[in-house]
Amino acid sequence: MSNFVVPNRIFDPEAECMPSGERVKMQIAGLRRTVEQAKKIPFYRRKFDKSGIAPESIKSLEDLQQLPFTTKQDLRDAYPFGFFAVPRAELARLHASSGTTGKPTFVGYTQKDLEIWSGLCARFLVAGGLTADQIVQVSFGYGLFTGGFGLHSGIERVGASVLPASSGNTQRQIMLLEDVKIDTLICTPSYALNLAENITAMGKKGKLALRYAHLGGEPWTEEMRLGIEEELGIRAFNNYGLSEIIGPGVSGECAVRCGMHIQEDQFMVECLNPETLEPVADGEQGELVITSLNKEACPIIRYRTRDLAYLDSSPCECGRTTKRMSRIRGRSDDMMIIRGVNVFPTQIEEALLRVDGTAPHFMIELTRPGNLDEAAIKVEIRPQDFSDKMEAMHKMRDRIGREVTAITGLHFNIELVEPNTLERFTGKAKRVFDNRKLND
Amino acid sequence: MPIKQLSLFVENRPGSLSAVCNVLKDNNLSIRTLSLADTQQFGILRLLLAEYEQARTVLEKAGFIVKVTDVLALEVPDRPGGLADILTILDKHQLSVEYMYAFTFGVADKAVIVFRFEDPHFAIEALQNEPIKLVKASELFR
Ligand SMILES: [Zn+2]
Repeated sequence: MSNFVVPNRIFDPEAECMPSGERVKMQIAGLRRTVEQAKKIPFYRRKFDKSGIAPESIKSLEDLQQLPFTTKQDLRDAYPFGFFAVPRAELARLHASSGTTGKPTFVGYTQKDLEIWSGLCARFLVAGGLTADQIVQVSFGYGLFTGGFGLHSGIERVGASVLPASSGNTQRQIMLLEDVKIDTLICTPSYALNLAENITAMGKKGKLALRYAHLGGEPWTEEMRLGIEEELGIRAFNNYGLSEIIGPGVSGECAVRCGMHIQEDQFMVECLNPETLEPVADGEQGELVITSLNKEACPIIRYRTRDLAYLDSSPCECGRTTKRMSRIRGRSDDMMIIRGVNVFPTQIEEALLRVDGTAPHFMIELTRPGNLDEAAIKVEIRPQDFSDKMEAMHKMRDRIGREVTAITGLHFNIELVEPNTLERFTGKAKRVFDNRKLND
Repeated sequence: MPIKQLSLFVENRPGSLSAVCNVLKDNNLSIRTLSLADTQQFGILRLLLAEYEQARTVLEKAGFIVKVTDVLALEVPDRPGGLADILTILDKHQLSVEYMYAFTFGVADKAVIVFRFEDPHFAIEALQNEPIKLVKASELFR
């Protein structure tokens, strides 16, 4: 049942199937526009002044390589609105991504930005089977996170109906899927697996009307896709995006499913060696570095996503002329995505510092015993942490757990371990042991 | 006169207790008694032995975290109500027990219970006029 053929439909043929020569001209114009708009942001203005960059400096796509990089830290340093290029009054919406030390990173959208964004979401939704007569359940959280509202507007743009279920309460999610006869589901891949397992356990396997799922927000594997499609009898599509760029909609799969088509009329996606920052060849893994071409509120130049993937410029059977990118195959930094939430080891360190002023040795271990991520922190006991009273030890362990949850918003199992039992590394400590097997 | 007790942090995994015992064995140190308070993931091992200072040194050298704590060893008559009588006296003086463990030694009709009080010296004073025998280290480790 999950092998049915998905019709090849294209939401915006003009943009998605544009002849490449024409697209290059558009991209050059987009880069100039972005440099012009980015001048309103002090960070970029300083960099442009220093290296004498002006919109007219962009004469070919290769000139992109003269432009400065932007890192997550640059965005953080400019908290809250240092990367906004329009006055407050012109903002139509704000979203935020999770921060490392409690402060989020804000992103803003003008009305025009929102229209472009909903169109980008509409493109991958239609590519993956969405039609105007369907009802779509959005089980992404609605809120600061870009996923919920981004997909919501994309569905409306296609003309389909939205059921904004938001995240959580699995039993109720399944009731809605069944009673509303939902056609398409939007959530994270691990939550889709979790739903599938519960649906099977409730004896409802094969009894739902569900046909499609659009999954994103965390890396997943082909094996997970097979499991989800098999259990639910659906076709599941992958899409990619990040709030710093726009949210979901940077790329998404077509019916052929041989990589995610990059929306190249809106973004330039480079694939670079994360060490040398030189471009890597098609098919070779590198870090995705993204530049926006049309954004007004938050134009962004050469943003280092830290996501590792590879690019594919070969023609696709679907008729789109855009480049495709592979699934995300890892990170070039130590960020973890746990149950869809971004977590950095430095956040765990900060939580441990709050407990005692100096952080003990620790290690983070990620597993996925069923379909949901489990996260544990092993903390080495030091003489000053140790008490002969069990109650005091429990108190300390619980305090660590509370501080970690306060900073990350996630529950971690805290394990106290004997001194010198965690591996020591010369140079940069390896803090994270991810045993979820995302790249097989 | 408090007794010196060693407390060690041990993980709840195969081999963690034998690692401690092997260090003591290699240094020819013998344990008088021990008690283990454990949870699913870790435990606190409490040891009484004569050469506690030497034991502490070799255990710390072996990488263990060791804490020396004053505990009181109270002699309990080995008869029904023996412990109840003692606990009644402790209650009378509002001495709250952090933890305790029992063992028998030498004398046939006597048991020893080790008590960990928040303030052992206050406990010694409170109990000095009570019909309770505090076992001295010299008796315990003879
Ligand atoms: Zn395609």
